[in-house]
Amino acid sequence: MATAHSKSAARIMIAPAVFVLLVWMLIPLLMTLYFSFADYRPLRGTFDAWIGFDNYVRFLTSSSFMSALITTLWMVAGILSITIIGGVLLALLLDQPMYGQGFVRILVIAPFFVMPTVSALVWKNMFFNVDNGLFSYLFKGLGFQPYDFLSQSPLLSIIVIVAWQWLPFATLILLTAVQSLDSEQLEAAEMDGAPALSRFRFIILPHLSRAITVVILIQTIFLLSIFAEIFVTTNGAFGTRTLTYLVYQRVLESQNVGLGSAGGIIAVILANVIAIFLMRIVGKNLDN
Amino acid sequence: MGRIVLKGVRKAFGDVEVIPPLDLEIEDGEFVVFVGPSGCGKSTLLRLIAGLEDVSSGDIEIDERNVSTVSPAKRGLAMVFQSYALYPHMSVRKNIAFPLRMSKMDKAEQDKRIAHAASILNLTDYLERRPGQLSGGQRQRVAIGRAIVREPAAFLFDEPLSNLDAALRHGMRVEIGELHKDLATTMIYVTHDQIEAMTMADKIVVLRAGYIEQVGSPLELYHKPRNLFVAGFIGSPTMNLFEGATAAEHGAHTIGVRPEHLVPSKTEGLWKGRVGLSEHLGSDTFLHIHDTGLTETITVRAGGDIDLHHNDTVYLTPEADKIHRFDAQGLRIA
Ligand SMILES: Nc1ncnc2c1ncn2[C@@H]1O[C@H](COP(=O)(O)OP(=O)(O)O)[C@@H](O)[C@H]1O
Ligand SMILES: [Mg+2]
Repeated sequence: MATAHSKSAARIMIAPAVFVLLVWMLIPLLMTLYFSFADYRPLRGTFDAWIGFDNYVRFLTSSSFMSALITTLWMVAGILSITIIGGVLLALLLDQPMYGQGFVRILVIAPFFVMPTVSALVWKNMFFNVDNGLFSYLFKGLGFQPYDFLSQSPLLSIIVIVAWQWLPFATLILLTAVQSLDSEQLEAAEMDGAPALSRFRFIILPHLSRAITVVILIQTIFLLSIFAEIFVTTNGAFGTRTLTYLVYQRVLESQNVGLGSAGGIIAVILANVIAIFLMRIVGKNLDN
Repeated sequence: MGRIVLKGVRKAFGDVEVIPPLDLEIEDGEFVVFVGPSGCGKSTLLRLIAGLEDVSSGDIEIDERNVSTVSPAKRGLAMVFQSYALYPHMSVRKNIAFPLRMSKMDKAEQDKRIAHAASILNLTDYLERRPGQLSGGQRQRVAIGRAIVREPAAFLFDEPLSNLDAALRHGMRVEIGELHKDLATTMIYVTHDQIEAMTMADKIVVLRAGYIEQVGSPLELYHKPRNLFVAGFIGSPTMNLFEGATAAEHGAHTIGVRPEHLVPSKTEGLWKGRVGLSEHLGSDTFLHIHDTGLTETITVRAGGDIDLHHNDTVYLTPEADKIHRFDAQGLRIA
């Protein structure tokens, strides 16, 4: 791709993709931006095209904003820790030679193919349900009181559901990273007198740091917009209202498009701030 | 101390026996080279000694202690891998310090040993760099540094020079040789390159398909190869072999004459042939001679200033006392 000719050919070839992306992303973004400065409440028939920053001020100063922000951060942090720790352990396990390796690997990836709505419903009705859930049976079988997960610890329940969905992704990326580790390095460390735990800490973990960074970045971007899992389980009640869910409530439940749009733009800005922040602290791992 | 004894050591991967039962003694301070073609089990044998593979049967003793089931770390050996196996995210200093850190040595002693190793290996200016920022030869030195700071009972090298270019390889060969003289520690060195084996070893172990074909000093192997395999493997260019009537004259099934023991002449000699290619190296000339009616090609090593060229007629005479005789099984006739 060095010559001028091949460069311009490359430009022409990626042009359609760039065009589609622009239309796909830019137009909704611009419309949201436009509505966020308007007083637009379709059910009441109000439309005032320019009210300045009123929507932003209202959204940011409302008491729900701060709690939604904190909920979002807790949720993302919880899911990230479970998927990263679980993913590393599973990757190390799956890397061991064993009988039926291919089949087990497919099983591990399976949750990724289940739609979020479906998996959330399955968890809600099959596992968490107080009367008929498997966990209740398990608790009763062990002689404990059944525990109502979704109302007693709703945030944790949603974290578990989403982590279950994202664990395969993390495992898959980390497994390829584990497999790319030169086995002679581990043997050298073994001869250097490093026991298994030290080999993990000094050789495997540093080797995985780049893959972990990638998993954190990609997952954070997707996890900031979790919606279906909250919608079908708690409906945003009991402290599970994230920023995304708050925007949804403003637009559809309160029918305030202007206020919701302002929330949307704030969420976009926050996501970018978090992404840049993450890049800064972990991005060092991406070069070299 | 580093006297290593293998007693009936055998290794099989599943049904495939890579190393048939094998006995070998390596004396303290010796430089032993395992040499043989690729896939003959050299690395496997080294890894058995290191403890990275378990023996299928037999015993390995280091300084009279049976270590067959002892973990690699506790055998007191250090290994230099073909890929160097440096830790890429650690600086050179941390790489070299790693085994010391694992053995919880105190910091002052660590620094002393690292400084000493770095000065021997010319790494002092590179201690804060990462392995990725070093050349192949420097990485090799770091790997050696990581081995020597432990002051092991023996060093194990697995084809350490095969990733280096020819000029660097010669330099490192000399350095490793001198390091052995300075440290006087046992070294076991694996290579498929007979030149490395000949130039570095006190004792060469020639392996074929896991069997030891011969053990001896480089000159013993050169002068008295025990069988046809060793005869063909040691020496460069390789020995010329003749069968049939020529061999029968000497009372053998096969005779062998090294290229340097054939005297070429333009006028007279025992065998007549035609020069195919002559390679002038300056110090030597390698002549490839055809149409002798004995074998396809005979290689001759002649002086640098010999005046023989393509298609010239040439006469060859083997030096009488330099003819190696082998029987029908390929074994040397004394
Ligand atoms: N882990 C293993 N499993 C099965 N076969 C192996 C294994 N390691 C080596 N081998 C086989 O053992 C033979 C000797 O290998 P190796 O010791 O690496 O040879 P060398 O180092 O002399 O080239 C080869 O045929 C190789 O395929
Ligand atoms: Mg090998």
